[in-house]
Formats: sequence, structure tokens, C-alpha cells
Amino acid sequence: MALSLKSYEFRRERERAWSDLEALVATVEKGGISALAAADLSRLPGLYRGALSSLSVARAVSLDRALIEYLESLTGRAYFVVYGTKRHTREALREFFARRLPRAVRGLRWALALSLALLLAGGVTAYVITRAEPERFYTFVGSDYAQDRGPAASTEHLRAGLYDGDELTAEELSVFATQLLSHNAGIGILCFALGFVVGIPVFILIFQNGLVLGAFAALYQQRGLGWDFWGWVLPHGVTELGAIVLCGAAGLTLARALIFPGRHTRVANLARTGRDAGVVVLGAVLMFFVAGMIEGIFRQRVTSIIARYTLVGLSVVGWGWYFGFVGRRGDANASAEAVGTGGRP
Amino acid sequence: MTSDVRRRFLRRQDRATHREVVTPEGIPLSFVIAGAGDRIVAFLLDMLIITGVVLGFVLLATAAGDDRTGHSWTGAVAILTLFILRNFYFTIFELRWQGRTPGKRSRRLRVIDARGGMLRADAVIVRNLVRDLEVFLPAQVLANPRALWPGAPGWATLLALLWMLVFALMPLWNRDRQRIGDLIAGTLVVEAPSARLLEDLSSAQPTTLSPSPPAGATPAAATPAAAVAAALATPTYSFTREQLSVYGIYELQVLEDVLRKEGPDAEQAVEVVCEKIRKKIGWTGGAVRPRRFLHEFYAAQRARLEHQLLFGKRKQSKED
Repeated sequence: MALSLKSYEFRRERERAWSDLEALVATVEKGGISALAAADLSRLPGLYRGALSSLSVARAVSLDRALIEYLESLTGRAYFVVYGTKRHTREALREFFARRLPRAVRGLRWALALSLALLLAGGVTAYVITRAEPERFYTFVGSDYAQDRGPAASTEHLRAGLYDGDELTAEELSVFATQLLSHNAGIGILCFALGFVVGIPVFILIFQNGLVLGAFAALYQQRGLGWDFWGWVLPHGVTELGAIVLCGAAGLTLARALIFPGRHTRVANLARTGRDAGVVVLGAVLMFFVAGMIEGIFRQRVTSIIARYTLVGLSVVGWGWYFGFVGRRGDANASAEAVGTGGRP
Repeated sequence: MTSDVRRRFLRRQDRATHREVVTPEGIPLSFVIAGAGDRIVAFLLDMLIITGVVLGFVLLATAAGDDRTGHSWTGAVAILTLFILRNFYFTIFELRWQGRTPGKRSRRLRVIDARGGMLRADAVIVRNLVRDLEVFLPAQVLANPRALWPGAPGWATLLALLWMLVFALMPLWNRDRQRIGDLIAGTLVVEAPSARLLEDLSSAQPTTLSPSPPAGATPAAATPAAAVAAALATPTYSFTREQLSVYGIYELQVLEDVLRKEGPDAEQAVEVVCEKIRKKIGWTGGAVRPRRFLHEFYAAQRARLEHQLLFGKRKQSKED
């Protein structure tokens, strides 16, 4: 009986290419993809596919388990290198802001509407109730959050609260702004993450935010300070409430993916919608950042009501244009592309 | 009996800890799901790094704050750094290091796409955004149960605690060890494989315990390659077709394990197995040198089984 097996010949012919690939992969594992020379980089995909095809042939014809295990581990490592994330940061950022984010937001249209409706419902509820019965204010706003603003405070005191802040130094303002950012963005991220709990906490969080806003609006309206109040809230409020609504919408789509999985399994559906929702939340975190800057610095420094309302207008138009129109061209192409590169087996 | 052998065979082929992923080229690769212990250690390591950086910043901020009035820009920078570290440390590393953080790298773990596609940036972002809910929130609540929901009754706090425990321990309750972030992002954490290419036993010259070469078989070979060639050219033992149709693939691979075994009791195992095989196949050729015999039997058996494989017959085990 001849001892030279076909599977042994098969292995001997290809061994060199495998060890080449192994060397390239080891280089990348140590120093990142940029450690490869240009020539090696262009050889990588070919060697990877060669090893994959060797693996599938070996599975069919060879009974040398050590060989198959080696090929599996080699192709596995090469697979990480070829299919790990690899794009340049700058390119990825441009893609994210110019297309990915606004598209993901447009994709959430209905969840956004629902989320906004919840916020408004909360606001209107608290407003109506507080107008009828001012003492109800404390039902909606916790006493440590209200501080000394409330039905008991004098109109003068309330008015002063809307226009003070001049005595703070620039350093203190920056601390204040970053504190606001990390607090608000924390709530936003939580709002998204809670979507996994079939959305009920999201409902509560958004609705509660509306309640607080509504109660304050009623309080100031009663004292004839309505116009000043909205000029105080809205410059950062447009951005901040927008971010809250976005996080809420992201949480709600997660909940929807879980409750009504449709054609897919729940887990697959969660993975599909989860990524888009995560992109939206990341966008919302950036909005919280902008809002924190406006609230912490602009609002404390600028007391002119005209300037304040100008900023309100600008931010409404700005966010509306960004989420409504940026990256709209090629929306259809993009969805086709997503299907093509989704890597679905 | 048959099913028992099969089950054992399958268990070694794809155990519960393996997960098959189909690459975009359409070829299934199997990865080992990262164990809970490794992941915990990796996570703790990363947390250690985060804590270290934060502590460094706090020290820096207090040192810089001393010579001024107390408040300073460093305060803002420290808050911002804390925020970014808490929410984006993992994201940034996993994006830049192809699914690894310093902790994961030290435990040889990787994040991959569960469906086998490219690990996309949004998946990395999502799996780490949810970490807030899974880790930091429960940790906060454990440290101070009142903070989450001030003035809550005791039973509600307990309930919330239980609920969050369910979240934190989620990876222990599903086969793929996915935490909620992994579920939402569609990712897996696997062990980065590492394997050397071992010599092919069908060609390797048995080097250990072959004090005297069989008469005229192996001339003093200058190189290992020449030794292999010599061994291929001159088999000492020959087997009949009947003797080679006793065993199947499963037994062949067990034999491979025995031959690759190293250590003090390796030779004893070889002798025992050799004796068993000789009895089973009805060997009539008299006394043999165990290791040499097994090597040649392995080569002949593999040749036979691979030959059958090419004709579409896969003999899985001796019961097949």
C-alpha cells in the first residue's frame, strides 16, 4: 500500500501559502493593519480566500484532524483581520454624520412621532392640572429639583431666576455645562437601554419629562412670565428635548422589535433594529453635548430675549434641516447596499 | 451503543461551547465562545484601567485647583473625561483594535459579528451603550439602593435589584454567552484561536523510542525530510483490506490523539492501544514494535478511509 496519501500531497502543495498568511496575520495582530506593507496588504485577501478554500477541501477529503484544526484556526484569525472593523476614523466620522445618523433618524419616523406625542401629552397634562390647581405643582416636580421655584415664590424671585447667572465665572460655567451634559446624556442612554425592557420605563421617563416641563410652564404663565420662561427654556430645550425624544424613540423601536418580531426571530430582529437605534442614541448624546453648552454658557451669559428667541429659531431650523434632508440623496441605493453587505449567510 | 459513540464523536466536533459562523464567502467557521471567567477578568482589567485614569485626573485636578480659587478648567475636563471613559472607553478600543479592548486582548478574546459579516462600527457602539444598563446602573444601585428611586418602599427596591441582577447575569443564561448589548447589536465574544500546524502523522517518522531501525528499512537519514521519504518508501507492515475495514473515522482520530500524546505514560498508552488493535483486526504477523506499527496502521487506515471518502462513503465509526 502506497503511504503517500492524497491528503498529504494536498497539504504539501499549499503549506507555503498558509504559513505566509499566518505570518501576515501575526503581524497585524501585533501592530495593527497599518503594520503591513502595501504589497502584503494586497496579498492578504487572496491568501485568506485560498486558506478558506483549502479548509473546505480539507473538510471533504482529509481525515487529518490536526490539519483541519489548524486551518480552522488560521482562517478564523485571518477572518478577524479581514472582517474586523477597519475603516479610517475620519472617513467613518464623515459617513456617520453625513448619512448614517440622519438616515437612521428618518427610519424611526413613527417611533419619533409617538415619543414626541408622549412628551407633549405629559406637558399638556401637567399644564392643565397646575393651571387649575397651583398647589399640584409639587406633584409633578420634586422639591429638590424645584429648589425655591414654586407656587410659594414671589413673581420677582421667579423673574430673577430667568435672567441671573451673570455672577458665575467662566470656569464655573464650564463645570456646570459638563455636569449638565453627563447627567442628561446619562439619562438619554438609559432611556435607550431600557427599551430592552419592552419600553415601559421609556414611556414613564418621557412622560415624566413632559410633566415637569408642563408644570413649570403653568407656574410661570400664571405670573405673566410665559414669554420669558420659554425664552429661558427653549434655546437649549429644543436641542435637549429633541435628544430626549430621539432616545425615547430608539428605546421604543427596541421594544417594538421585541414585542412584534414579525417574520424574524426576536433575537435577530433585536440585532437588526438595535444597530440603527444605537446610532440614533449616539447622535442624541452629541445633541446633549450641544444643549449642555447652550444651557451652561449661552443662557447664563445672554439675557436678551431677542437673542434667545433667535437661537430657538436657528436650532429648530438647523435640526429640522439636518435630520430631514441631509444625506437624502441615494437613500434607496443605501438600503440596497445594506442588504448586499449585511453578511447574511 | 451506536448512538452513544456518535454522540461522543459529535461532542468533540462541535461542543456546546462552539458556535458556527458563516463567512461572507459561504464557508462555515467554528469559534469557541468565550467563557464567563475570561470575560469577567477582561472586564475587571478594563475597569481597573478606567479607574486608574480617573484617579489620575482627580489627583491632577485637585493639584491644579490648589493654586487658584478652587474651581478651574480641570474640573470641567475631569467631568468630561469621566463621562467619555464611562460611556465610550470600550467603544473606542473595540473600533480601533478590531473588536478588542486591552482587557480582551490580554485574555485573547474578540468581538465578532454573530452572522459572520464584517464587524460594523454601529454594532460596536450599540453593544457598549447598553453596558450602562447592565453594569454601571446595577453597581450604583448595589452601592446605594435609595439613589435610583428616592423614597421607594423596601419591596420595590428589592424588586428593582432582582430585575437588574437578571440583566447583569444574562450571559450565564444563554448558550452563546451573549449579554444584552450583544443581543441588541448582534455580536458574539469568542476566543481568538491559536494552533500550530502539527506534522502529518501519515508521513512523520516515529522518532521517539525507535532504538534500532528494522533491517534495511531506514538508512541513516541526513534530514527529517529524507527520513520521511524513507519511511514512506518502505512500510514494514502490510494490512489487508478486511483489516482496514474494521475501524471508522472516529477511531482513526482517537488513534491520532494517542500517537500525538506526550508525557511519561504515552508509551504505555501506545502499547495498550497497539495490543487492542492487533487483537481486533486479527493480526497474524507476529510481534511488532508498537509505535512503528501504530504509525503505519494509522497511515494505511487513513488512506483507506480517505479513499472511501472520495467515493462518497463516510464510515463514521466502527459501528457504521
